[in-house]
Amino acid sequence: MRILLVEDDAEVGRFVKKGLQEAGHTVEHTTNGRDGLFMAAGESFDLLVLDRMLPGGVDGVRLVETLRGQGNHTPVLFLSAMSGVDERVKGLKAGGDDYLVKPFAFAELLARVEALGRRPAVDAPATRLKVADLELDLLSRTVTRAGKKIDIQPREFRLLEHLMRHVGQVVTRTMLLEKVWDYHFDPQTNVIDVHVSRLRQKLDKGQDRPLIHTVRNAGYMIRAEP
Amino acid sequence: MPHTRRRQQHPGPLWRLLSSAGFRFALLFAVVFLAAGLAFAGVLWWGTAGTLERQTDSAIRADAMALAERGRDSGLAVLAEAVEERLALDAEGLSIYLLLDPSGRRLAGNLAALPPPRSGDSSWYRLNVEHEDTGPGEARLLVLDLPDGSKLAVGREVSEKGRLRALLTEGLAWAAGAALFFALLGAWLMRRALERRLTPAATTAALIAGGDLSQRVPLSLHDDEFDRLGASMNAMLDRIAHLMDGVRGVSDAIAHDLRTPIARARNGLEEALLSEADDPATLRGAIERGIADLDNVTRVFQAVLRIAEVEAGARRAAFAPLDLSLLLADAAELYGASAEARGQTLNTLWPESLPLVGDRDLLLQVVANLLDNAVKFTAPHGTIVLSAWREADWVVVRVADEGPGLSAQDRTRVGERFFRADSARTTPGSGLGLSLVRAVVQLHGGALWFEDAGGPPGQPGLAVLFRLPVAA
Repeated sequence: MRILLVEDDAEVGRFVKKGLQEAGHTVEHTTNGRDGLFMAAGESFDLLVLDRMLPGGVDGVRLVETLRGQGNHTPVLFLSAMSGVDERVKGLKAGGDDYLVKPFAFAELLARVEALGRRPAVDAPATRLKVADLELDLLSRTVTRAGKKIDIQPREFRLLEHLMRHVGQVVTRTMLLEKVWDYHFDPQTNVIDVHVSRLRQKLDKGQDRPLIHTVRNAGYMIRAEP
Repeated sequence: MPHTRRRQQHPGPLWRLLSSAGFRFALLFAVVFLAAGLAFAGVLWWGTAGTLERQTDSAIRADAMALAERGRDSGLAVLAEAVEERLALDAEGLSIYLLLDPSGRRLAGNLAALPPPRSGDSSWYRLNVEHEDTGPGEARLLVLDLPDGSKLAVGREVSEKGRLRALLTEGLAWAAGAALFFALLGAWLMRRALERRLTPAATTAALIAGGDLSQRVPLSLHDDEFDRLGASMNAMLDRIAHLMDGVRGVSDAIAHDLRTPIARARNGLEEALLSEADDPATLRGAIERGIADLDNVTRVFQAVLRIAEVEAGARRAAFAPLDLSLLLADAAELYGASAEARGQTLNTLWPESLPLVGDRDLLLQVVANLLDNAVKFTAPHGTIVLSAWREADWVVVRVADEGPGLSAQDRTRVGERFFRADSARTTPGSGLGLSLVRAVVQLHGGALWFEDAGGPPGQPGLAVLFRLPVAA
């Protein structure tokens, strides 16, 4: 992916740029909002990673509003030291697609970057999702593995659907909480892990090949190959 | 310049009186009062003294016209007779007549001579008369030129009326003086009363500005505007004190609870650096532990900030109508799995719909914190009960566990930041969970309290209850 990073803190910028490059992305980095807006409007990027507070008279929110006003719909991920809920809402309202509060784990940033950048162009009207021998039917809301029907609860279905829509990508626990449960809060303990392991047990029972993998220090990933 | 400053600091008593708002209000009332009095006096004057004068004038005019007509119709001789007749009939001796023939000879009347003619065409005169028995007096006189060249003067003595007018003027002047006196007295009294009622508030405010936040405005028993002002000031001060405590709490928290994990992270990293271990796995482990410690620091930090944010009431912006039943179902589903993983049972009971207005993320956080505690403190294979019901205008939520419970002493301290009961020291947790619960419940205008869950002695269990106002 071609990513534009607008971050005024040199150290954070260098760290993010290096990490994203190591993950195989092309990164352009600028440190002020005006240049960022100029580049975002003039060139084609797959994703913008913006700090909320930027020097140069154009802050992150202004930048996105301007871009959206021009009909530019490049996905935007906000990085911000402002953790207030109002700030988050402001960022998303302006046209941001995701919001990550500093300090963050790089794995979390990378997972969100990939989820945003590889979002299906239109929410594909697929009715079936398939990973290896696991099939999920969105119409009848049934799950089968190797042709055998698996009894699954509605929430587990949504959890599995989310994982399968991001096949081959890391999905973090916070992302699952936000996307599958639709809440923004600090669950204190490993509640998500419990749900994932329960789902995993149901899927892998009697199978020799696990599909849901734990990615150390990051989250989960569903993929066909072991 | 020290001189000017000194004058500003210690103004004279007159300046203090003039600059007093109470005095100015009272003065305004006094001016309005005086204006009303003057208008009243003016109308009174016009209605009494003025009317008397006008009445006299019209009587004179009518009499003069009647006589002039008589003279025109019947000649001067008859007119002279009529004048003499009128004088004879006037018992009070207030009438004045004079009839002169064209050559200026006096034909009849009791006036010695006409007043000297004046410029202008006014034929009205005011003259002083020397009366035979009552002495000097004042009279109004109308002089008419008759068509044949003779002159007729008709007048009335108005001394009595003049005295009445003087009396009236004097009375009004005294009344105005008294009104001015009472207005000024009233202004002074009002200023004093205002000052007396406002001084306590001002003194309190000055003491608080001086740094003593424990001061409150003393209230009288009148429950009037001033008491209401004082009460609002006190409420404001309570809030400020509460927020200050909050800020102090955050700094205490940073000093107290963040120091330890920061120190741990620092020590771990330093040790890894100094050990000169060639084993990359050891080094890596130390770094990972350091990152985990820092993440923990971040989490505590976030929680402290969030509590502060909630306590400051800043989150009310995110309030929206919601159904607590759905939220409880989500929480039960989320934490039911954790309970199940520990072999515990989570029983739930609530009505189909519990509408209220609130912040759904915060409310879920509340229920999540309580369920998380319940799961933590209940032994494996125990039971946790999450229930909710309506009670008058409240929705009450109850989370009961089978844990060791909470002593009465601890119950009062729970909810303080970082407070952890002795029995809980060995379980993981920051001691911030219930602080956040309390803050969120208070933000929603509700209350939080604790009860025994009804277990056996020694293991009574804890029931945490909170109530939230139902959506109107």
